[in-house]
Amino acid sequence: MPFYLYFFRRLLFVIPTLVGITAAAFIIANAIPADPINANLPPNALNNKEIVDAFREKWGLNKPPLEQYLTYLGNLLQGDMGVSIKSRKPVLDDLKQFVPATFELATFGVFFGILIGVGFGVVSAIRRNTLTDYAVRTFTLVGVSFPVFLLALIGLTIFYSQLGWVAGPGRLNVVIKPPPAVTGWFTIDSLLAGQWSTFANAISHIVLPALILGSYVSGIIARITRSSLLEVLSADYIRTARAKGVGERTVIWRHALSNAMIPVVTVIGLSYGTLLSGAVLTESIFAWPGIGRYMFRASTSQDFPAIMGGSIMIAVVYIGVNFVVDILYYFLDPRIRLG
Amino acid sequence: MTSSTISLTPESAWGKSLRDNSRLLRRNPLVILGLAVVVVWIMLGVFAPQLAPKDPLKQNVVDRLQAPNPAYPFGSDELGRDMLSRVLYGARITIPAGIAVIVIGSVIGTLVGAVAGYSGGLWDELLMRITELFMAFPTIILALAITAALGPDIRNAIIALVIVWWPSYARLIRGLVLEVKSKEYVEGARSVGATGFYILFRTVLPNCVSPAIVLATLDIGNAILTFAGLSFLGLGPDPSSPEWGRMVSIGIDFFDQWWMWLYPGLAIAILVMAFNFVGDGLRDIFDPRLRK
Repeated sequence: MPFYLYFFRRLLFVIPTLVGITAAAFIIANAIPADPINANLPPNALNNKEIVDAFREKWGLNKPPLEQYLTYLGNLLQGDMGVSIKSRKPVLDDLKQFVPATFELATFGVFFGILIGVGFGVVSAIRRNTLTDYAVRTFTLVGVSFPVFLLALIGLTIFYSQLGWVAGPGRLNVVIKPPPAVTGWFTIDSLLAGQWSTFANAISHIVLPALILGSYVSGIIARITRSSLLEVLSADYIRTARAKGVGERTVIWRHALSNAMIPVVTVIGLSYGTLLSGAVLTESIFAWPGIGRYMFRASTSQDFPAIMGGSIMIAVVYIGVNFVVDILYYFLDPRIRLG
Repeated sequence: MTSSTISLTPESAWGKSLRDNSRLLRRNPLVILGLAVVVVWIMLGVFAPQLAPKDPLKQNVVDRLQAPNPAYPFGSDELGRDMLSRVLYGARITIPAGIAVIVIGSVIGTLVGAVAGYSGGLWDELLMRITELFMAFPTIILALAITAALGPDIRNAIIALVIVWWPSYARLIRGLVLEVKSKEYVEGARSVGATGFYILFRTVLPNCVSPAIVLATLDIGNAILTFAGLSFLGLGPDPSSPEWGRMVSIGIDFFDQWWMWLYPGLAIAILVMAFNFVGDGLRDIFDPRLRK
């Protein structure tokens, strides 16, 4: 199958999911017995019919649900997600500000997760059923059992309070000005602007939360790497390679690992969702101004435009990552290319 | 159908493999350890009223923020409540909540998956598209939106988690039903005139449950973590309640009084670890490919 055909076929699958997500977000935001009026108007304004009616009119709360949804969908296509009831700013502007922070954190997290997970998985598979293997497997099992907020608190106590190796909560020290926004990633933007000290500070802030997020997914990555590598290592072509006299190192890194990576890549895509979930908790501890904190604040004030916009955005990021994974298959798995 | 007809339900795969694997089970010390810890936690929860040295809700401002000492082995919190008693009582909230989420979620998921897989066609398409929609949202984001809308309390947190939890079971069971549906014994049941309902519930489903049970065991830990996460965010029980996640979030404001967040946090970690040890061992037993 040529690449462009594969690409567009995958893309075609994404569209109904995206439409469905907007519907699901809308249903959750509306069909549940909660009153945005109670949540957003001060108590003494609730008895004033004029104020309540004006509020209802302003946010379209008096139209039938289907009409509300279609209006929302139409606006969404033009890039308009409505105005947040809480922040009184367009939801899209809010998201533009908060999403890059989470995306940066989650990507660093995935990076650490892959580094630890694949490393541990390979070691565990090569030395299977030895003490090393058991130690690694137990360690990963323990790692996924710790609540991410407990890891964060322990990490902060040790590496920030006691040792002072990393910076504390936030994305930058308060006195440092954020770099001019290009990507919204402080690490990249500071490099683009040539601000080395800002870059160093951003790195020192992101390392700990990212490591904690990474350890959160490294367990599952290690486990899949191990079992996938073990399966590949017992394949005939590996025996052939060994019989030809290929060195063990080449067998593992060249022949086995590249084939073992296919399920691992799937899991990495899926664990991005876990990571976004973990990001909500991590952000609240590290005072990281990301989408998780934004969603949390929107949820507690029943800010429906913000809840919908936020959850749609997160789902889109998640689907986007898994779309990229699908595309990666094309290059990793020759059966798709040739089949 | 009377009891004199030949049995159309083959011996439960679950019972058979458990017997075959009791030796493997005994050889896996982590499963035994995990089981023991789970049982101990359940006991601690059940007998918390007898075991707890103090009333978990009783405030005693004179003794506030005490570091662990003989009178307060786990220290006391900002209102002078005994941390040890609160941690013990926490088991009475978290364990039932986690189990409830898994049980209700897996039953709903199993029904949806079974109907989708067995009836096929339009129903299958419809049910699976709905399932996928729910899976498109990262767990806690969806749970967050639902709990926030329903209002924060334990029951609503459980409802939110059930809504998030059932899809993975629906997907798993549908796949298994599709596989089992084409087996000869199902064909046999059909040929002697069994109804669709009977075939699905007596012949097909019993042969699909063991992977679902493994998934459920592995999942309890996850459900507990997510429940704790929700209540950590303030979307679970009210602040006075001795719930572990909630206690940790209060403890953050008293970062230097480490006992306020460390003990409830460790309680979650130890319980989840125990469930994971059990689930992990069960998976090894049921998936022989991982054993070699």
